[in-house]
Amino acid sequence: MKILAVVEQREGALRGVSTEVVTAGAELASVAGGEVDALLLGAPDVASLASPLGEAGAARVLVAAHEALAGYHPDGYAALVSEAVRDGGYELVLFAATSQGKDLAPRVAAQLDVPLAQDITGLSVTEGVLRFVRPVYAGKAFTRITIEGAPALATLRPNVFQGSAEAGAGEVVELSTAVDPTGWPTQVVWFEAAGCDIPDVAEASVVVAGGRGMKDPEHWHLLEDLRAALGNAAGLGASRAVVDAGWRPHGEQVGQTGKTVAPRLYFAVGISGAIQHLAGMRTAGTIVAVNRDPDAPIFKVADYGIVGDLFEVLPRLTEEVTKLRAGS
Amino acid sequence: MNIIVCVKRVPDTETRVRVGDDGVSIDPSGVKHVLSPYDEFAVEAALRLREGAGSGEVAVVTLGDDSSQETLRSALAMGADRAVLLKGEVSHDGLATAKALAAEIGEADAPLVLCGVKAADDDQQQVGPMLATLLGRPCATAVSSFELADGTVRCRSEVEGGTALFELPLPAVLTITKGEYEPRYASLKGIMAAKRKPLEVKDAAASPSRLKVETMELPPERAAGRIVGEGADAVPELVRLLREEANVL
Repeated sequence: MKILAVVEQREGALRGVSTEVVTAGAELASVAGGEVDALLLGAPDVASLASPLGEAGAARVLVAAHEALAGYHPDGYAALVSEAVRDGGYELVLFAATSQGKDLAPRVAAQLDVPLAQDITGLSVTEGVLRFVRPVYAGKAFTRITIEGAPALATLRPNVFQGSAEAGAGEVVELSTAVDPTGWPTQVVWFEAAGCDIPDVAEASVVVAGGRGMKDPEHWHLLEDLRAALGNAAGLGASRAVVDAGWRPHGEQVGQTGKTVAPRLYFAVGISGAIQHLAGMRTAGTIVAVNRDPDAPIFKVADYGIVGDLFEVLPRLTEEVTKLRAGS
Repeated sequence: MNIIVCVKRVPDTETRVRVGDDGVSIDPSGVKHVLSPYDEFAVEAALRLREGAGSGEVAVVTLGDDSSQETLRSALAMGADRAVLLKGEVSHDGLATAKALAAEIGEADAPLVLCGVKAADDDQQQVGPMLATLLGRPCATAVSSFELADGTVRCRSEVEGGTALFELPLPAVLTITKGEYEPRYASLKGIMAAKRKPLEVKDAAASPSRLKVETMELPPERAAGRIVGEGADAVPELVRLLREEANVL
């Protein structure tokens, strides 16, 4: 099976989820036979990012390098990816289910006239038939699906595909496709970082999430302190109640009208556990809940709980985590 | 300016999901259906634009069966001017949906098409950009706010770790997320008026689903956890468990 993994870089750095996508493709190729290539689009020097993709399992790293590709451009990226898929005769094309991947993959699917499975959490092949597992209803249920026709397209949920694969040759191949930005109607005016370097809640491997129990947006520094103590891979999340109240941005919302997340470790602090919220975080590896109410539904999904006043528990937790990490 | 909003009828997000007897979809008994929350944001955005301009028409379009008429009436009650029900199969294949919508929208005089960023049932998050691609129009997704200026639309899109600003020439397709457009409640007057607004029913352009759902299952129950203790005194034990038992610190 010929597989293409469309990877992502931002500001000249490979995004963590990219190697997950390549490795997931390589694992599948090792079962089904065949190999995985990576497709990397970026600035003129983007080929310098190729070696981790080879280590992640890519046989070849196809590179489209151009000033106009330095940042994500929906029109340009969609045209180039579609062409690379057609030219390479790929049977399966994998993207990351990031905001970029979920924007790009549908455009490519429509250009190639094939269906798309977004945000999959499982991928397998038996007797030549590809199967995908996708959460629906924000994780309240899971579907197993097949796609008619080729290539099959899917975006992979970050943090879920944690397999390993043998390194590939990672041979860099420059694509010969002409890049002509004048034909791209969309103007990308700017990208504004949220003013911090912390990972997005959907990609963070550790999430510290707060709810109504925090009582006031002024108290969020307590969550931020814990997050910082947990290290660079930790992000912040929020319940729908506090987003609706305007305490936190929608980008942090976990649950059915927000993001569905699968971190290794999830702290739910002052979150009672509405059904929409539980749907969005129940696939986390380990769940810790801190809540004053021992009957809060969040304790039904939590692996570990502390009943008590979060304003006493949080600072202590931050202190203990800091101590632990300083000692390790 | 005329605006078309693509909407979908979905189970209320409060729904406790059970798998139906067919094993591939949810058990519909006792399930309340609503206009998908993200589509409500899109309808709200369209209404504000029309109100700001003082002219133009907001049409809502859906693919579905007759039960979707109720959903269209909800959008009409919010203030949309007319509705179109494209009768046809609703599947998890967003491209099939996008084709049915494109056949309806392609000829319409509507420079702006809005969709919710995703439907709150299959979460496929793809119909908007697929529709745009089929129509040959530019598209911005996950737009939290936008404004029109000189034949273009400037949109702010939510992306990981920040915001991107795109400028698209009209006609264009946007998918709307939570942000600027907290939806209004339909007034009693709006609900009464909606009953008399035009709702056209026609057959959708046939486009079979090529994405087959083999099984639908509930997620595995999480094993019962434990309360480590009460108050700050329980913290050292929690940290020990996270480190030694769960291996996550």
